[in-house]
Formats: sequence, C-alpha cells, structure tokens
Amino acid sequence: MTTISPDVVTQVARLARLRLDDHAAAHVTQQLNDILAYVRQLQAVPTDGVEPTSHVLPLSNVLRPDESKPSLPQTSVIALAPATHPPFLAVPKVLEAG
Amino acid sequence: MTSVMSYEPVIGLEVHLQLKTTTKLFCGCSTKFGAPPNGQTCPVCLGLPGVLPVLNARAFDWGIRVALAFNCQLASVMKFDRKQYFYPDLPKNYQISQYDQPLAQHGHLEVVVEGQTTRTRIRRIHLEEDAGKLLHDASQHESFVDFNRAGVPLLEIVTEPDLRSAETAYQYLIELKSIIEYLDVSTCNMEEGSLRCDTNISLRSQGTETLGVKVEVKNLNSFRAVKLALEHEQHRQATALARGERIAQETRLWDARALRTESMRSKEEAADYRYFPEPDLVPFMITPEQVEQVRGQLPELPAQRRARFQQQYQLCAYDANVLTQSRALAHLFEEAVRAGTPAKPVANWLMGEFLAYVKDKSLEPAAVKLDPVWLKDLVELVQRGRLSGPMAKTVFTQMLDRGVPPQQVVGERGLEQISDPAHLERLADEVLQANQKSIEDYRRGKTSALLHLMGQAMRLSKGTANPQQLSALLKRKLEQGQVNAPQ
Ligand SMILES: [Zn+2]
Repeated sequence: MTTISPDVVTQVARLARLRLDDHAAAHVTQQLNDILAYVRQLQAVPTDGVEPTSHVLPLSNVLRPDESKPSLPQTSVIALAPATHPPFLAVPKVLEAG
Repeated sequence: MTSVMSYEPVIGLEVHLQLKTTTKLFCGCSTKFGAPPNGQTCPVCLGLPGVLPVLNARAFDWGIRVALAFNCQLASVMKFDRKQYFYPDLPKNYQISQYDQPLAQHGHLEVVVEGQTTRTRIRRIHLEEDAGKLLHDASQHESFVDFNRAGVPLLEIVTEPDLRSAETAYQYLIELKSIIEYLDVSTCNMEEGSLRCDTNISLRSQGTETLGVKVEVKNLNSFRAVKLALEHEQHRQATALARGERIAQETRLWDARALRTESMRSKEEAADYRYFPEPDLVPFMITPEQVEQVRGQLPELPAQRRARFQQQYQLCAYDANVLTQSRALAHLFEEAVRAGTPAKPVANWLMGEFLAYVKDKSLEPAAVKLDPVWLKDLVELVQRGRLSGPMAKTVFTQMLDRGVPPQQVVGERGLEQISDPAHLERLADEVLQANQKSIEDYRRGKTSALLHLMGQAMRLSKGTANPQQLSALLKRKLEQGQVNAPQ
C-alpha cells in the first residue's frame, strides 16, 4: 500500500518552492496520507463501463475564433512586478542559457 | 579498444514551431513579432488568478493540418496538461502543454539522402504555449523579462531516434521547413525564434541494437548548426568511447563560434515536471469527419510536387527537388513555364542565378519581387540573341534589385547585344586596323591571334557585341584578306 513519506513531502515542497518547517512537514504528510486513504475508499466503487475522463464537466471542444482582443496597457503590467526596468520586468540575473 | 569508425549515431530531433496565428493559444493577445515589450499580455497569458484559457480554433485546425502532412494518427480525444517548473520567463510557473494525450502520434516523414530514401518516424506532435523572453545583456545584476511571447502557440514535432547521420538530420529539417511553408502555418524564421530545434544523439556499435547514453544538444540557431553540432558530437563521443571512457548523460550547448559543444553542468537532478491535467481546459474530440475535412483542404505537398515536376516537365530528380523546396520558387517556375517558356532554361535561371541572389542577400525566395513573365521575357531575349549570357546575368540581377522587367533594364542601360551586321562590321574593321601585327600573326598560322582580336573587339563594344557573330566575321575577314579602313 502506497503511503507518502516525509521525504516525498520535502521533495515536492522543494519543487513547489514551499518552505516547510519540520512541524508543518509532518502535518502535511499526515493530511496527504488521509487524502490517499480517502481515494483508496473511492477505488472500491465499481467503474467498469465508466469512460475515463480528466474532466467533470459535460463539455468538450470549447474554442474561440483567432481574433485579437485588447491587451493590458504596458504600464499596468509592469506595475504588477516587484522589480522593474521599464518597459521590462527585472529578475535576479539568470546565468544559465537555454 | 574499438575504432572510432565502428560506432553508429542514433539521432532524434525535436522541433518547436511557432504557428503564425493572429492571437495567442489561449487568449486574444496579438502574437505580432517586435511589438513594444510587455505590451501584448493579459490576465490569461500572465496567469493572474480567476482567468479561463480558451483554445484558439485556428491553432487547433493548423495542428491537425501539420499532423496529417506528417502522416500521423490524430487522437480521437486530446487534452492539455500543466508542465510545472519555475523559470523567470514562465509567468504562471507552469506551461500548458500536452502530456499523455497529444494531438497526434505515429507519423513518418521520408527524405532522400544521397539518392536513398530514408523514413523517419514521428513519435508525436502536440500543441503548447511558448514562454516569455529573457534578456541577459543589458545589466550586470539583473535579467529583463518580456512576456509578449508567453502564450504564443507552438507545435512540437518529435521524431523517434531514427536518424542515422548528421546529413539525414539536416535533410529532415529542410523537408520539414518546406512542408510547413507549403502548409502556410508558420514563418519558420529561426532568427525570430519561430522555428527552434533541439537534438539528441547517442552512439552504438555498428550492428547492435542496444542504445548508448543519450546526450541532448541545445542552442542550435540554424539547420547548419544542427548538422555541425551533430558531426562534432558524434566525433567527440566516438573518440571518448574508443578511449574506453564513459559518456555522461547530459545536456550540452552548441558554441557556434568555437564550433564545439559544452556541458551545461547545471542540472544536478533530473527534471520533475509533475504533469497533471489542465483543469481549466476541457477535452477536445477529433472526429474522423473533421480529419477528412482538413485532409481535403491540404495543398499539394513538396513530395507530391517533386514527383509531378519530374513527370510533367521532364525534370531530373535533383532539379525537381531544388525547385520544390520553396513554395515560392516552385510557383515562379510553374508560372514562367505556363507563360510559355521552355522548362529547362527557367529551371536553370531559378536554380542558378536566382538562388545565388537569394543566398547572397540572405532572403527567402518569397521575399524577392519577380514577375514570372519577366523570366519568360529574359529567356526570350537570350534566345533571340539580343542578350549575351553574361549580359543576361547583369540584367537578371538588376531586374531583382529594382523589381522591374528585363526590357526596362536593357533599354535604360544600353545593354542590348549588338547583332546588327553593319555595326559589327564597323567594329571588326576598327579592331583589325589597329592590330596589324595580329593579322600577320594569324596569317602565319598563329590562330590564337583571333582570340586577341576578339578580346579587343569585345572590350571596344563594352561586352555588347554578339560574340558568335563577331568571331565568325573576324575569321572571314582574316581569311579573305578583306580588311577595310574604318569609315
Ligand atoms: Zn493574453
């Protein structure tokens, strides 16, 4: 039976750029395992003959025509960023190419 | 120890193609290249909370078009997924892409390399959104971000590792670009980033099936760079293997100046993108009817046109290949022939002078203003003897430079060939009069004297005299001894 170990939580938190102290990590580990247990209960429901889906809405092929709409003004976009060098947003120097 | 020659390269290619839709993949922002930075964004492409992406119908349709041209099987249901990673050019911290239910799979493309047809299988083709653009050079401590490109539609075309030489990879890319140009769905401009290519290569001993350690190569800014990088990497890996070294699984960057690949040395761990279904986008059904409808709208593709050109115009495989690589070039050829010019001279002009001109000016054939009728006129001027070969080349260049018909160039520049017998006679007499020694030389049996006289006469006429007529005339005069004083 799969469970989520504290190591997995630490790893996922790191990938998601979340800082968790030991207490929070233990708490989240417990919560995630509870969720897994709940999903395991759901797995008892017979689903033969039910079409697998990635979506709950009875909708498909929602499309829009390739027609342009006004964008946001440049100044208000730049204003959203914590650091700027108009007309650009500024971030700490990225050294790596690619 | 195994020799360097006994390894076979196993190459795969990944091409990202920017679709030239008017708007982005999931919002109505313009995709126009070169707009003021951060002026083409909205809450959807910036990933602000509470927004809903909606798929661009044209991007969907064009994706199906490309998939069919690459002989793929379209998915009956496709969906989008979130590919999660952090990078300053990615405003949402995830990219909307396709993971396990892509647009299309299991295609193939055939290219001819050194007279042999090789088939490359296409693993998958999927739709995804582009990231923004980072500028590194303006400041020492900061990188600058422009989100205009974020959300622009990309089509990713991934091959199986079926390519067995750098040259085959190069030819595959040429064919790919040609197909896309025929489909008219991307500008394929590598400088503007609308076509990007990554490649991977491993080596294995000839005759074995086990794959070697795969190295990815990035930072390839032209098809030529792809070819050079693969050749370099093949040699680097073979040399290392022959020395008994192991190949590291890594990503390397092509250095176009030093002509070598360099290890990126940055990713200590394998990327973990934690894909999951994009909850904001519902699935997309692709019905057989829709596929057939798009198939019915496909234009004639390069391979079909090549075959037709060989058959219809009696061109050799090589000529048909060169002429059909660019849709614009193929069109020029057919229109000039349709206007009544024989196929062979038109083909020669286009494959020789025209392509040299385009290459010299770093232009795409479609960017040159050339009326097919002008080609017909030029060929006729040469055939009627009114233009010599070298003069016709001058006229051709002028015609393209200025975008005017050949008659106009000829008229304005006085380039017309002198074929008038009386005019040529005067010219011959003048030259003979001034070169008595050559006449004596010729009569003593020194036939090269005729060449000297020809040279003098051509110079005197500034290259406009009809050389065949002039040569015959000079010879006749020398042999009959009829040298008149110039009038
Ligand atoms: Zn937008």
